[in-house]
Amino acid sequence: MFVVDTLLHRLKRGCETMAYPDGPAPALPERHGGALRVDGSKCDDGCDACVSVCPTTAISRANGQPAVLDLGRCVFCAACVQACPTGAITQTGDHRMAVRRREDLVVGGRGAEEVRLAAELDATLMRLFGRSLRLRQVSAGGCNACEADTNVLGTIGWDLGRFGIQFVASPRHADGLLITGPVSRNMQRALRKTWDAVPEPRIVIAVGACAISGGLFAGHPEVHTGVESELPVDLYIPGCPPHPLTILDGLLRMLGRLDERRFPPRRRGAAATD
Amino acid sequence: MSGDTLFALLPNAGSLPWGDVPEWPAAEFVRRTAAELDRGARLCSWFGVPEDSGLGVRLVAIVAFDADNTLAVGRSLPVSGSVPSLTVLHPQAHLFEREVWEQHQLTPEGHPWLKPVRASAGEAPANGEFFRVDGGEVHEVAVGPVHAGIIEPGHFRFQCAGEEVIHLEIALGYQHRGIERALAGGPHRLTERQIETIAGDTTVAHATAYATVLESLAQGEAPLRAQWLRAIGLELERLANHTGDLGALAGDAAFLPTSAACGKLRGDFLNLTAALCGNRFGRGLVRPFAIGPDVDDALVARMMGNLTRALDDVEQAIAWLWDAALVRGRFENVGTVHRAQAEEIGMVGPAARACGLVRDVRYDHPAGWHRFAQAPVAVWPGGDVFARARVRSLEIQRSGDFLREQLGVPPEREATGGAPPLEGDTLAVALVEGWRGEVCHVAITNASGAFRRYKVTDPSFHNWPGLALALRGNAISDFPICNKSFSLSYCGFDL
Repeated sequence: MFVVDTLLHRLKRGCETMAYPDGPAPALPERHGGALRVDGSKCDDGCDACVSVCPTTAISRANGQPAVLDLGRCVFCAACVQACPTGAITQTGDHRMAVRRREDLVVGGRGAEEVRLAAELDATLMRLFGRSLRLRQVSAGGCNACEADTNVLGTIGWDLGRFGIQFVASPRHADGLLITGPVSRNMQRALRKTWDAVPEPRIVIAVGACAISGGLFAGHPEVHTGVESELPVDLYIPGCPPHPLTILDGLLRMLGRLDERRFPPRRRGAAATD
Repeated sequence: MSGDTLFALLPNAGSLPWGDVPEWPAAEFVRRTAAELDRGARLCSWFGVPEDSGLGVRLVAIVAFDADNTLAVGRSLPVSGSVPSLTVLHPQAHLFEREVWEQHQLTPEGHPWLKPVRASAGEAPANGEFFRVDGGEVHEVAVGPVHAGIIEPGHFRFQCAGEEVIHLEIALGYQHRGIERALAGGPHRLTERQIETIAGDTTVAHATAYATVLESLAQGEAPLRAQWLRAIGLELERLANHTGDLGALAGDAAFLPTSAACGKLRGDFLNLTAALCGNRFGRGLVRPFAIGPDVDDALVARMMGNLTRALDDVEQAIAWLWDAALVRGRFENVGTVHRAQAEEIGMVGPAARACGLVRDVRYDHPAGWHRFAQAPVAVWPGGDVFARARVRSLEIQRSGDFLREQLGVPPEREATGGAPPLEGDTLAVALVEGWRGEVCHVAITNASGAFRRYKVTDPSFHNWPGLALALRGNAISDFPICNKSFSLSYCGFDL
């Protein structure tokens, strides 16, 4: 019997939704590496090995200053990690990278070796969105990788709906936009119209290097330099693309839904000691 | 047959001096290309190469004789102003000629529907006039660029009589990022990374085509182990996308068991790619001239275990789909593209194979690892949503078998040197069968070995007109299921 078979198969598979955040976060792929950490105090004088290998010029080093890495432009290729002769740039294995302020993505200075993770929304917005957040996604020149790994949050493994977060079809039904891509000129008007249709108060989430800084296409006349060139951004989630866990962490962090005392995040040994 | 061609023959992944490409005055070149297509060739790419002097542009045609396992190339003498249209004889040139017109202001005289492909008009694509059907009962439906759901932007203009779609015109360009323009003068520091994001879900196929072109331009070949790894990445990419799309199709037919299972299983395949290179989409997996990430026996064993589990689960989830009469009823005789139409518009990939066309680069034009290992070509007649879903479920089985076989036989590691210089004044072509179909990259270098022109043709460029044809005579409510059955790329088209 077809119906019975289907039901039996489903029963056999059981609940496939991960326990996180009411359990430890799933592991990132071993070779993913997670967030990057820059300890500028380890930079050798006059060394610019990382600067010259970075494809997106995310790393800069002013005269006499330590190296500074902008994770908003980073595509996480880890070329700098391999090139660094002193171990100043390391992978932490940490999936958490979302921030509320653009400058919090810039790492390397003293006391700013890592990203300064996102704070929750203010009290008014928390009251409105804390338990129910409806987002309209707009791809504005994205390559479909950020889109795909945002979409995946709706599958049974992640089940975004259990947090009261949902992607809706109409901007009129939305509390905000989640935007991917560098904002191509050809999407500028459509993005603006979509934004105009979202009732206030509203938030904007920029996902991926392109949306944050123009990413791989910054400087092309066909695109802008990310969402900020058009709209105010409330949450930045870096990556190329960010892992679904990084995106989910950003959303939950912004909504104050994480209790990290119970389940401390996974970190790589070396970086976890300081 | 290719035997009589006056074009220069070259194999997939081959190259030849730019000066050895036969040339004709433009009007005659268009006639000659039409003659090649008449005798069974297929247009892989058609583009302009601006002359160094700035005076005019040369047209280049890359055609494939699939049955003879060879490609052929020809070019025109520099031309400006206008040329006779190839589209009037062979509709498969339709978008190519519009693109050349847009990029080089070369007018194809007699082109039936000359309008922009992706150019900008201020803050939106320069879409131009849409084809309109007039009549008392006829109405027009405009959808997009922003669609319901997490999906890329594009504009669809339907001419309907009641529920029935008489005509659909698709206008794209919203994702245009200027990739081809930026490639000129390259390779640049960013080029490898940009190639990986031509279409984010087709990273391995595009990166493989790029690496192959570079290697061919340097008269070299990647280490066997790299070729092996690329072939594995390519099939993982196919598995992830086919699984995800079959789940999405099931969801559109309101059949949730398969939809739920496949949504998750797609991630299992992406995670296998991430096990190789850390990135779920295969960024960094393919490196020109180099092996890429290291793969040891322990990783192979772990991957084999995870792959087998995921394949077993997918097989079951898809079996539910084919068992369900409600799904078959929803898929059959919806969105039909006839074989003759598919041939005429030059469709590629699973969408073409679902029309009964045996067309698969891995089989017709094997390069890289596919010279040593092949999967049977999955073909199904019918041309409807059912056939497209069927081909993809067959390909899941065959890609799975291929992977299980190949994962176990990694070639020896070999020492690799640095990247040798690219030959100057050379043309190189690489075709790769991505999960949507034929990815075609063509590079032509200048005297110093930099790209004089780099042309990218994503399979979506061939197949979007297929979706438009599929909708004719169908209900407009069939659009989502038809669209998903093609699952074409917006950014891959828009570049």
